[in-house]
Amino acid sequence: MRKQITLRLNDEPRTLEVQPNDILLDVLREKLGVKSPKIGCERGDCGACTILLDGKTVRSCLILAIEADGHEVMTVEGLSRGSLTPVQQALLEHNSFQCGFCAPGVVLAATELLGDNPHPTEQDVKEALSGNLCRCTGYQSIIEAIIDVQEKASKSL
Amino acid sequence: MTQFKYVGESERRIDGLDKITGAARFVDDLEFGPNLLHAEVVESPYAHALIKRIDTSEAEKVPGVVRIVTGKDFPYRFGLYMQDRYIFPTDRVRFVGEQVAAVIARDTQTAKRAAKRVKVVYKELEPVLDLEKALKSDAVLVHLDLASYPRCPWFFPEAGTNIAHRRKTRKGDLEKGFQEADVIFEDTYTVPRYAHCAIEPHAIVGLYDLSGRLTLWSASQSPYTQRHVFAQALAPLGISHKDIRVVTPYVGGGFGGKAGVSMEIIGVALAAMVKGSPVKLRWSRAQEFYNTYQRQGVIARIKMGVKKDGTLTAIEHTLHWDAGAYVEYGANVVNAVGLSATGPYRIPNVKIDSVCVYTNLPPGGPYRGFGYSEFHFGLESHITAIAKKIGMDPVEFRKRNAIREGDTLAYGAKMNPSGLHEAIDKVAREIGWGKKEVSKDPHKSIGKGFACFWKAPAMPPNAASAAFTKFNEDGSVNISVSGMEIGQGYLTVMAQIAAEVLTVPPAKIRIEPPDTDRNAYEWQTVGSHVTWGCGNAVKAAALDMREKMFEVVHRVHGFAKDDLYLENEKVRCRTHPDFELAFKDFVISGIQTPKGNFIGGPILGSGIFMPEFTSALSDPETSQGGHPNVHYTVGAAAVTLEVDRETGKMKVLKATLAVDAGKAVNPDLVNSQIMGGMVQGLATVLHEDMRYDLKGKLLNANFTDYKIPTSMDIPKEVVPIIVEVPQPDGPYGARGVGEHTMIPAAAMVANAVEDAVGLRLKALPITAERMALALSGISFEDVKGAYMGFCFAGKADAYAFRTGGKKQK
Repeated sequence: MRKQITLRLNDEPRTLEVQPNDILLDVLREKLGVKSPKIGCERGDCGACTILLDGKTVRSCLILAIEADGHEVMTVEGLSRGSLTPVQQALLEHNSFQCGFCAPGVVLAATELLGDNPHPTEQDVKEALSGNLCRCTGYQSIIEAIIDVQEKASKSL
Repeated sequence: MTQFKYVGESERRIDGLDKITGAARFVDDLEFGPNLLHAEVVESPYAHALIKRIDTSEAEKVPGVVRIVTGKDFPYRFGLYMQDRYIFPTDRVRFVGEQVAAVIARDTQTAKRAAKRVKVVYKELEPVLDLEKALKSDAVLVHLDLASYPRCPWFFPEAGTNIAHRRKTRKGDLEKGFQEADVIFEDTYTVPRYAHCAIEPHAIVGLYDLSGRLTLWSASQSPYTQRHVFAQALAPLGISHKDIRVVTPYVGGGFGGKAGVSMEIIGVALAAMVKGSPVKLRWSRAQEFYNTYQRQGVIARIKMGVKKDGTLTAIEHTLHWDAGAYVEYGANVVNAVGLSATGPYRIPNVKIDSVCVYTNLPPGGPYRGFGYSEFHFGLESHITAIAKKIGMDPVEFRKRNAIREGDTLAYGAKMNPSGLHEAIDKVAREIGWGKKEVSKDPHKSIGKGFACFWKAPAMPPNAASAAFTKFNEDGSVNISVSGMEIGQGYLTVMAQIAAEVLTVPPAKIRIEPPDTDRNAYEWQTVGSHVTWGCGNAVKAAALDMREKMFEVVHRVHGFAKDDLYLENEKVRCRTHPDFELAFKDFVISGIQTPKGNFIGGPILGSGIFMPEFTSALSDPETSQGGHPNVHYTVGAAAVTLEVDRETGKMKVLKATLAVDAGKAVNPDLVNSQIMGGMVQGLATVLHEDMRYDLKGKLLNANFTDYKIPTSMDIPKEVVPIIVEVPQPDGPYGARGVGEHTMIPAAAMVANAVEDAVGLRLKALPITAERMALALSGISFEDVKGAYMGFCFAGKADAYAFRTGGKKQK
């Protein structure tokens, strides 16, 4: 039993057939060619598969593809088409990542945070990132970059 | 002091944009088209059992199953230092989760479904899950045919026992050393197993094409070592090195877990069985925990002698390692510790026994620190304890005994230049050593802990590095090397080294993860050695290119080569200040002469590095006579820790770590290693707690139950400190720092706990739960229930440190 779904993926409408039990992460990676959400634990612990679903971070390993029918999905590929976003630019300048496997998820978590709260405290940033595991960096270089985005923004006002 | 333009600068990471945009490709991201097959393994439910029968008939009936593979198809062993692992075991399983068969199917769901229908009949055997029992002369043996395993010449397995290797190091006169001591102090320390927890799971895709070419796309720190091990394992099929190509894209974290060969050999075997179709094997998170490598558990007894004035006179350090079912790599961890378990101290009389014991837990292997984190927990705890026994400040005690350049190491070679004293002083100043801090909360106590560290790369004496370099038409440069970018910033650092020689900015240099068909040789990316070893090769290749540019200019213009130099991507001449020739004007097409012809052509460079001064040959009874380690990187660290005496919860208020990088090629990246390594090290003491049931099954093979730090769990403040005492044979004086930054963490926390609440905790981890129990005067061993963290369930103080078997001395 296959079902046709339509979702907006990185600002482009995509229609495809899926099985009712297909996981959104697998469909994004295998059927839609979007590889930035990573498979890290397949149970919502690590955050490597984070996407934005209607602007909110979601673990794409924990939801079914059919649940995304009619919704907007954003991945880092969608953020990066034009120039880098301010948070990407800050993460780049701070040499924030090491292996980079967690980076797509972290970029999206930070994007959501700064959308909701353009002036987060360090504690706000830590809480926003707490669902995205990183084994390399000890997080500090990532936190500093995200704090730096708002500092740069307020300087340019 | 020489001024450098690119070396010593915090250049932006070469791989930064790839990773920030999602462009970076990892093995699992590569596309192989609709013919890609997927594999699932069938796993042993027992820690030790005989395989009586494997029935695949029901599984074969599942539609979509392409092939089922068992040990009958691949009865081969493999291994890096000792061939004691089986691609698929044929007669017995040795740990819970070991692969006994694999199903190859059109899709992952079919493979999983069919794997459940493979029937394996076992005869359960008594597992070896207790180190004391493992070492009895009548012990159940994990490997019956140990003596027949091919191995490197510096491993000494003891046939008829569970001892895979024993490294003995003897220096001076131990008895005399203890006689000279005013205080002799002995204690026992235990360190359980840990998991690497790279966020990217292991994955491999193999394609054995119809022409007999075998290509592997592997998530690995070791492309060339993998190719070599694969070639050895597949030799019976007539597949040799030239037929095998290993491609390693970006790796999502290694930490030693992706060194050598672990699950990848299964992918190789499966590819060989389905000629013409690519096949993928990707480990689940649970398999990451129990079927790659784990950091080995150890129980260590330290006996130390010291004079009243604080001079160390003798150390006897005995370490029994729970190395697991296969130790082809783990035994080298044991070996490395056996050479270096004095720590960074001048101790005239030394006896070290580092004993690698087979058990029926998952295979032990390399993990960032390579055994040094494990022995430093005991050693650095002990150093603080013995300093207090003679009434000396622990930092003063360390300074008094800290090793210096030229001191004789435990195995007889001389210590390299080192900034250990400077590191100790800087860390003590940064942490405010000697100043007691008091919490405003009456339920909380604050303590400070200090620890030194050292580590050498553990490599065979012929671990070579090589590099190719070439120019492009616009004067930009490609570097081809086979070290792995596992996050440490290796690609950026190699580019900076080449940039310094060639005066080409790193932004104009392209350097990417390797492919063994095209890239120059690298032994493997382990031991924090690539900045040093491969950096030397890259520097040599860049110098080779420079020499070739000089040669062309000399031929055309007649300038003496000694007068030529490079500046801002141009060749200049000291005797002809007006002369300048931009690289882009000749490095591909050559230089045109007045006759119209062209001299020169594409400028290529090659460079190699071999540590020719090393040797692993030494007296097996004393380890004297060789030069097994190239050099040590040293440092010191300290922590200010707050302990809640009601709940046991601990908070790192401040941590600082100084490491002697020789020369920090990229200070920002060195600091990143300190920050990340510190948090990973703190996790092994404050968070992570691996638990096995009493039949050898891992109970917490996931991130819900095995807690690695989140962004909420980091110290309030970490201050990285870089010390630079140049390594004479390093590129621009550099030596490696990657592993070192997690080594002192556990000991400094234990020392801070004692300072805060007066309790000496001698078993890792020191979680809030254990802290709370200790504060209540309850022995954790009495209440922990039916589980173990490594192959020893009893109380450490009762452990006898006996080894049975034939060679007992």
